[in-house]
Amino acid sequence: MTISQKEFALSCPLPIRNYPTVTLAHGGGGTLMHELIEKMFRAAFGSSDLDCAHDSTVFLPPADARLAFTTDSYVVSPVVFSGGDIGSLAVNGTVNDLAMAGAKPLYLSAGFILEEGLPMDLLWRIVLSMKAAADQAGVKIITGDTKVVDKGKADQIFINTAGVGTLLHQQNISPSSVAVGDQIIVSGDIGRHGMAIMAQRENLEFESNIESDCAPVADLVGQLLDAGLMLHCLRDLTRGGMASTLNEIAMAAKKGIQLVERLIPVREDVKGACELLGFDPLYVACEGRFVAFVPKECAQDALRVMRQHVLGASAAVIGEVVSPPTPCVTMESLIGVKRIVDMISGEQLPRIC
Amino acid sequence: MKYLDEYRNPQLAQKLSKEIHKITTRPWVLMEICGGQTHAIVKFGIDELLPKNIELVHGPGCPVCVTPLELIDQALAVAARPDVIFCSFGDMLRVPGSKNDLFSVKAQGADVRIIYSPLDALALAKKNPDKQVVFFAVGFETTAPANAMAVYQAKQDGVKNFSILVSHVLVPPAMEAILSSSSNRVQGFLAAGHVCAIMGYREYEPLAPKYKVPIVVTGFEPLDILEGIYLCVKQLEEGRAQVENQYVRTVLPDGNKHARKIIEQVFCIVPRKWRGLGEIQHSGLGLQKEYQAFDAQTRFDLSGYKVEESGECISGEILVGLKKPHQCPAFGVRCTPEKPLGAPMVSSEGACAAYYRYRRSTSQAGF
Repeated sequence: MTISQKEFALSCPLPIRNYPTVTLAHGGGGTLMHELIEKMFRAAFGSSDLDCAHDSTVFLPPADARLAFTTDSYVVSPVVFSGGDIGSLAVNGTVNDLAMAGAKPLYLSAGFILEEGLPMDLLWRIVLSMKAAADQAGVKIITGDTKVVDKGKADQIFINTAGVGTLLHQQNISPSSVAVGDQIIVSGDIGRHGMAIMAQRENLEFESNIESDCAPVADLVGQLLDAGLMLHCLRDLTRGGMASTLNEIAMAAKKGIQLVERLIPVREDVKGACELLGFDPLYVACEGRFVAFVPKECAQDALRVMRQHVLGASAAVIGEVVSPPTPCVTMESLIGVKRIVDMISGEQLPRIC
Repeated sequence: MKYLDEYRNPQLAQKLSKEIHKITTRPWVLMEICGGQTHAIVKFGIDELLPKNIELVHGPGCPVCVTPLELIDQALAVAARPDVIFCSFGDMLRVPGSKNDLFSVKAQGADVRIIYSPLDALALAKKNPDKQVVFFAVGFETTAPANAMAVYQAKQDGVKNFSILVSHVLVPPAMEAILSSSSNRVQGFLAAGHVCAIMGYREYEPLAPKYKVPIVVTGFEPLDILEGIYLCVKQLEEGRAQVENQYVRTVLPDGNKHARKIIEQVFCIVPRKWRGLGEIQHSGLGLQKEYQAFDAQTRFDLSGYKVEESGECISGEILVGLKKPHQCPAFGVRCTPEKPLGAPMVSSEGACAAYYRYRRSTSQAGF
């Protein structure tokens, strides 16, 4: 979600404009910090749940509900990228982690570590972007924290979000439910977030603008559950990309995974950028994509539900769970030969030639 | 994607595979020179489409793999200096020197940057006049023109704080070293398409008849490689030993004249040590006299770095096709991409890394 300059000018809390950048005093516990919290964070995130200016927010979970609880920290550089920024990422990332348990996200916390000198405009943009992402995901940001560190001790802004969600189903969505014969569905084309960041970070200009796929998938997962479909396992494809995620699941489930390369959706511009840099899209991060392991008899229904959702329009069955002697991810290559799809060692590095 | 999908067509791949089966009557050992080709062969499983009696051995054409240990130690020493911004292509950062790698030096506070073009390093030098900007000029003939251009431009613009640490190597002398070895097994070569895009293939024409070895200039996609193998086997079966060009959509007989001109202007041919192979005469590029001022080796006095290779790493035998990665006792046990004993396990184009990544447990996986 991007906020235009005009929107910013209209809504920026005035007193904060007196300080064009974040100073150490904004984290010092005095009036400036108070003002930052009141005029910026509470102004943006405020809700009836957040009315009480106290050390903790107290809320009642739905009666008898199973709760899901998760946390993640966000340190992306650059903080603003094509298709999102660190704010939308910090909300969507944690919302998606909750969704992978089949949970409906309810509340988030937001912890900010700000580097002294961070432009106040940028912080405001990020805060508004968090608000917009939270609204889109139907989740409330109800508690938070701010620290300011000396210049050079952080990279502009780091955000931690933790999230609580409620499980409205009785399924056990986890690798332990994965069974031989399960179909593996990916919710859309892979590799866009990683390549968008890479292009921006390294100032690489491609013919088309690759936008991050950063988005909250909780609603899409909710629709699968509402349709009464059996979901054995869900996992979002973040760091390490699809290959690493599937390896983790294969190991945890003690099962084999067999993929078919030609079925895996990758956008042409992402494919091109990867070829140019010597990257494999299987290892490039996404921020709005997940894989679903579903029993064979549910696969077509699940695919239909996903494709009806705007975030699942290019969903595809890409493989199935098999039972080899050892857990391992294999793939039928484009020319029809089987090979291993390994977990990556470290990060992918651009090749010499 | 255009220029890609048509070279990965499974039906055409099967057709070429059948043709190769049809013409093969005897066992042959072929070597693909370039690490990019090795990677494609293992990634797509091209060798599995070949008759059992055709063996592909993997050549020395991975620039990361053949950069000698002492040069990496020199790079680490320069990078660690507080007055230096050290620039490198990405895949050199994980290559172990005798003690650590560029990633570790970076973690200790050195200013090490991944760049995509040597001209970016030159731009950095102009932007940071109080720093020495050093570029790690690694690679075969393919990267030489851009590296030469950066030095040429630096001289034109009078940039005093830019230098390069040169480790350029050349393909034909390495091929000749392999062919003239008494233990050579290679009977036919797939020459590296991108190197030939720069240099053309005239240099290979004397080698083919001299060593009675077919040399087929070959591209990097599955159909390129299968067609290259087909042409090579056909020559062997017919008793011919010529230079042929499979990669006609990119390679001209004389290569890229402009690129060759800038290489010749800035670089001269020197003896060069190859990791795992030792010193090979006339096998490298060094800076011409009038560009010596841009040589990081003299600017930072890097003489006196002499290091021995790990005794356990058999990269020398792998790079000349005498052994396959999984025939090394350390493979996958004491030598992994996380803790490599030698460079072929580091680079994505290294034969050991390719085998580790795509083949490690193929037998266990029920292949």
